[in-house]
Amino acid sequence: MEKKDKIIVCRCEDITYDEIVQAIREGFTTPDEIKRVLRCGMGPCQGRTCMRLIQRIIAKELNKNPAEIKMPKVRPPLRPSPIGLFAGEKNDKRES
Amino acid sequence: MDSRIWQHPIIDFGERKGREIYFNFNGKPIKAYEGETIAAALYASGVRVFGRSIRFQRPRGWFCAIGKCSSCLMKVDGIPNVRTCITLVKDGMNVEYQDPRPNLPEKTEFECEHVKVETDIAVIGGGPAGLSAILSLNELGVDSLIIDENPWLGGQLIKQTHKFFGSKASYAGIRGIKIAEILLGELRKENVKSLENSSVIACYREGKGFKITAVKGHSTLYEIDAKGLLVATGAMENMLAFPNNDLPGVCGAGGVQTLMNVYGVKPGENALMVGAGNVGLIVAYQLAQAGVNVKMIVEAAPKIGGYLVHAAKVRRMGIPILTRHSIKAAIGKDHVEGAVITKLDENWNPIEGTEFEVEVDLICLAVGLTPSTEILMQIGCEHAYVPELGGHVAIHDKFLKTTLDNVYLAGDVSGIEEASTAMMEGKIAAATAAIDMGVNVEKAENLRKKSLHELELLRSSPFSKRVITGKEKVYSLMEEISCG
Repeated sequence: MEKKDKIIVCRCEDITYDEIVQAIREGFTTPDEIKRVLRCGMGPCQGRTCMRLIQRIIAKELNKNPAEIKMPKVRPPLRPSPIGLFAGEKNDKRES
Repeated sequence: MDSRIWQHPIIDFGERKGREIYFNFNGKPIKAYEGETIAAALYASGVRVFGRSIRFQRPRGWFCAIGKCSSCLMKVDGIPNVRTCITLVKDGMNVEYQDPRPNLPEKTEFECEHVKVETDIAVIGGGPAGLSAILSLNELGVDSLIIDENPWLGGQLIKQTHKFFGSKASYAGIRGIKIAEILLGELRKENVKSLENSSVIACYREGKGFKITAVKGHSTLYEIDAKGLLVATGAMENMLAFPNNDLPGVCGAGGVQTLMNVYGVKPGENALMVGAGNVGLIVAYQLAQAGVNVKMIVEAAPKIGGYLVHAAKVRRMGIPILTRHSIKAAIGKDHVEGAVITKLDENWNPIEGTEFEVEVDLICLAVGLTPSTEILMQIGCEHAYVPELGGHVAIHDKFLKTTLDNVYLAGDVSGIEEASTAMMEGKIAAATAAIDMGVNVEKAENLRKKSLHELELLRSSPFSKRVITGKEKVYSLMEEISCG
């Protein structure tokens, strides 16, 4: 049972524990690199659920102290939001 | 099926419930009460699967309940990716499962409004730290505004049915829910400016001040100009890596607390609690109060992490606490049906052959919190990884100034601690902001001195040693930076 059951690390993009370990073994050793190759942290939650786990997995795989592992850069938008709001669609009631 | 709680030893949910309404879920009418979120109303009527994941179509369900984890996204009135855990249900609303890879909605025109707001200090986060900060700012005569993304202000306080420890100044002996009532009562009395249900999605430095972009619902974009920022965004629950950890029924302890103590919905029939720190112990007790059979608490450490008072209460209810045990896997197809528990050796590794199964429909994770520091990271405050404080935190001094001018922080975002210390930090950060702005300096200095003293008292128990070590690390990093 347990071998087949997946361990999901990134809930938004559905990235598994094994995929992260494999990426690290292929040489993607920072959260930023893992984000770029696997998309962890690029989904609607922006890494809030997975980054701590990824930090720990990297530390374990490379035998490093978690303090040495730098978190990826945080960019807006920090929450899921409709693009129409920024594009200034119809009925733009700009008050100033 | 209706799993709403009507009989509870502490909360009168009947009195709290709003008008009975109906909304459509995948075309089927569902009963709800005004004041419930979409996710809470669905959970109460027995819906456990809120969506399917993007690659493997795995079921997703209730997890954090404070808009941070993305497990509850649904299509609401045609708009995809709505966080149903913080969106209030409305009469006649159409809620549907969404395609994990949706097309752009056909309706491309929707009503939207841009609103500009100006304030001196923008407080982000309306939990214990943020509320206490805004009340202090108001008292000191600093023009300020509080922004929070939940339907209700109060943060975790509104779900804490236990009485607080500490001093009189920190509301010792009063239940968290009562403290929230007191603070919110003051807020309304003082006519404090607040933006509820509004998520900050970006912060930029502009000149000496800041520009904050916040989104309310799906129709209002706020552009907030502020001279200073006071970030009190709290924390996010930690996740554990084990097979089926994403199965609906695996929930954060805070998420479970929200469901049962804010919305009065019974989260399950049989529960497993993972983690015997204060959160795990308190929530296990509250689950039992809500009529849930808590089968056991497992704790990976060799001893219980939380206060012994809480552990004793839990044990009196007949809930066993198994130390050096952890969860190995969750079992179930579309929802948790059980868990595999394993014993751990001295190096925290599972001991083969010690596994056993428990039949539960709820697995509650109370394995620590991580500061929700994304706004501070995005705006450029320097951070450091401090395990004693729960992870990466913005470097700050004891007056709660960060490495950026006019950016302050308070509460769990500055290091995981308690609501009582968060409230004290809120006062200190507010006083510091007033002093820096030159508003009511003498009064602010007195407030800061008094609150620093109170904070020291709150941290005088042996349980605070870890936090103090972490804070000292952060203070000395701050000193290194300010000395160049």
